[in-house]
Amino acid sequence: MGKVARFILRRKGGQGWHWTDIVTWFWLVGGLIIMFGPAIWLAFSSFKTPAALAEFPPSILPYVTSQATVEGYDKPLMLYDAKMPDGSTRVLAEVRRIGLVAQMVDPKAPGEIVKVNINDRSPVRTMSFATNNYTEPFVHFDFLRYLWNSVFVTVVATLITLVVNSMAAFALSKYEFKGRSLAMLVILATLMVPLSVIMVPLYSIISTLGLFNSLWGVILPTVATPTGVFILRQYMLTIPDELLDAARMDKASEWQIYWRIVLPLTAPALAVLAIFSVVWRWNDFLWPLIVLSRRELYTLQVGLSIYSGELNVQWHFILAMTVVTMIPVVLVFIFLQRFITTGIAGTGLK
Amino acid sequence: MTTPSLSSLIMAPVNAVMRIIDAPLRRLQKATGIGGMAAFFLAPNMLIFGIFVLLPLVINFVYSMTGGTAFFLSERDFIGGAQYSRLFECQNYLDPMSCQEDAFWTAVGNTFWFVLIQVTLMILTALITALILNRELAARSFWRAVFFFPVLLSPVVVGLIWKWILQRQGLLNFGLYQFGMEPYTWLTDRTWTFAATIGVSIWAHMGFYALIILAGLQAIPKDLYEAAEMDGTKPARVFWRITLPLLAPNLLVVVVLALIKSVQVFDEIYVLTGGGPGTSTLFLTQYIYETGFASALRNPGLAAAASILMGGVLVVLTLIQLGIGKRGENKGKR
Repeated sequence: MGKVARFILRRKGGQGWHWTDIVTWFWLVGGLIIMFGPAIWLAFSSFKTPAALAEFPPSILPYVTSQATVEGYDKPLMLYDAKMPDGSTRVLAEVRRIGLVAQMVDPKAPGEIVKVNINDRSPVRTMSFATNNYTEPFVHFDFLRYLWNSVFVTVVATLITLVVNSMAAFALSKYEFKGRSLAMLVILATLMVPLSVIMVPLYSIISTLGLFNSLWGVILPTVATPTGVFILRQYMLTIPDELLDAARMDKASEWQIYWRIVLPLTAPALAVLAIFSVVWRWNDFLWPLIVLSRRELYTLQVGLSIYSGELNVQWHFILAMTVVTMIPVVLVFIFLQRFITTGIAGTGLK
Repeated sequence: MTTPSLSSLIMAPVNAVMRIIDAPLRRLQKATGIGGMAAFFLAPNMLIFGIFVLLPLVINFVYSMTGGTAFFLSERDFIGGAQYSRLFECQNYLDPMSCQEDAFWTAVGNTFWFVLIQVTLMILTALITALILNRELAARSFWRAVFFFPVLLSPVVVGLIWKWILQRQGLLNFGLYQFGMEPYTWLTDRTWTFAATIGVSIWAHMGFYALIILAGLQAIPKDLYEAAEMDGTKPARVFWRITLPLLAPNLLVVVVLALIKSVQVFDEIYVLTGGGPGTSTLFLTQYIYETGFASALRNPGLAAAASILMGGVLVVLTLIQLGIGKRGENKGKR
C-alpha cells in the first residue's frame, strides 16, 4: 500500500508538492466520481425492487426486507430483528402494528403473540438482485423487439456507411477529374446542415419515398457522412499511386483496385469510422423519433424515452433497460476508446 | 491441409459477390474510361447527399412559404412570407408573451441564455481539464478516458441518468439529506431545472472539447517551455505568455464548435425535462420539432421558417469557424 501511494504521489525529480499538484489531484479524483458516479449509481439502482426504489434515504446496494410465510396467516409477513426485554434478539414476523406496539410472532412457533415496542425492532434486510427488472421488459414489453431494431439499424447503417464513404473517398483521393473540387465543396457544405435545420422537408422526402415508419427511413439519410469521407480520404492519400498503376498494368479493373488493393490498406481508418458509426447510430434519437411512430419499430432509444415519459413511470424497468442501452457503448469505451480519442484529436470531428 | 480461418469463411461469399459485380463494371470502365469510374465511385455518396441533405435544404425554403397542415408540397398553399411575419409579429421582442408566436420567442430567449452560460462554463472546465491532463501524470490515458466517458453515452441515457439523480428520492437529495437538508423536487423548479440542463449538457460534452484542447496543447513546441524554465519564468507567466497565445486559434475553433452544437441542444434535455416545467427549458430544436410534428396544431411551414432562421445562425458560425481555420493554416505555412 505504501509503495502504491509513493508511486502515485511521487513527483518528477523528487520535487516537493506545489499547490497545483493538489488542484490536479482534486480535479482528477473529483472528475472520476462525477463522470462515472451517476452511471454506476444508475446501474446499482437497476437491481432494486420497486419498493426499494421508493425508499428515502436510499441504500446504495439493492436490499430487500425479508418476508416469511407463517402458518395461520394468508399473506407473507415482514421479518424483524426484535430486541427482547432480556437483552437477546430474536427474528420475529410482524402480524400487525397498533400505535407504538407491534404484535409479532415467532415464525417457528406461530401460536404465541409477542408484543414489541416499534423502536426495539429493525427490519431484516438481505441483499437481493431484482433480475426480473431485466427479464420482464423483454418478455412482457416490446424491448426485445426494440433491441433487435437498434442492432439492425446500427449494423446495416455502419456497413453501408463504410462502403459508400470509402467509394467516395477513393474517387476523391485517387482520381483527377472535372468537378472534384465541387464534390469536395458539396461534402463540406453538408457538414453545415444539421438535422435540426432540415427535419421538416427531410420528413416529407422520406414519406414520399414510402420510408416513413420503416427502419430504412432511419438508416438511409445517415449513411453518407462528411466526417467519414474526410477520415478515409486523408488516409487514402497516403497510399502511393504507383501501387495502383502497377495493378493497372496487370489488367486489374478499377473496381478490383478499389476492392483488392485500396480497401485492405485503408483498414485502420475503416475501423475508426466503423467504431464512430456504431456509436452514432446506436445513440441516434431525434430522427428515429420522427420517422418511427409504430411501437414495434421503435429503437431502444425511442422506446426508452417514450416509456420514461409516461405518467406512471415504471422506474425499475426503465433503469434496467437504460443499463442494457448503455452496454454496447460501455464495451466500446473499455476496449476501443483509444481509437476514438485519437480519431477526434486528429480530425477535430465528432 | 490447413483449415480455413473464420475471416476467410466470412469473406468468401463477399468476395464472390464482388467478382460478380466486377464483370459489368469492367464493361462500364471500357465505355466511360477511368474518369467515368471516378463518377461511378462518387455517385452513391452524392446521391444520398443530394436526396437527403441538399434537396431538403432547397425544399425547406419552399416549405417555409406555404401554409396548412399537409406534408406533401403539392397539397400546400403558397402564402409568401406569412410564416416569417408570423414569427416576427411582436410588440416587444424581449417579452415573448407580447408576440404572436410566444413559444418561438421563449425558445429563442432560453436558447440564448443556455448557449451563453453553457459554452462559457463548458470551455472553461474543458480548458482546466486539458491543462491538468497535459501535466506529467501517472496513467494519463486513463484519466483522459475518464473525462471522455459521458461523451459516448446516448443522449437518452444521459437524460435518464440525471432524471434519476435529480428526482425526489434521488442521489442529490440523499447527499443533501446527509448534511441535514430537506429533499427538494428540483425538476419542478424553473430556475433549478434550467441550471440542471446546463450542468447536464456540460457533463455530457465537456470531455470532447477537453480532448481537442489537449491536442492543441500538445502541439505547442516543448522547447518554448524549456526555454522559459531556463529563464526561471513563473508558471503563471508561462501560461499567459506562451500557452494561452499559442492555444488561442485552437481555442477559438473549439468555442465556435461548441456554439454550433449548443444552439441545437435538444436530445438529452428533451428526455430530462421535456421542455418543462412550463416552457422554462424549451429550446429552439424542440420548438421546431413540436411545431412540425408533435403538437396538435402542427404547422410544418412555421417549423420550416423557424429552422431556416436557426440555420442562418449556424451558417454564420460555421463560416467564422472555417475562416479561423484558414487563418490558422496560413499562419502555419508562413
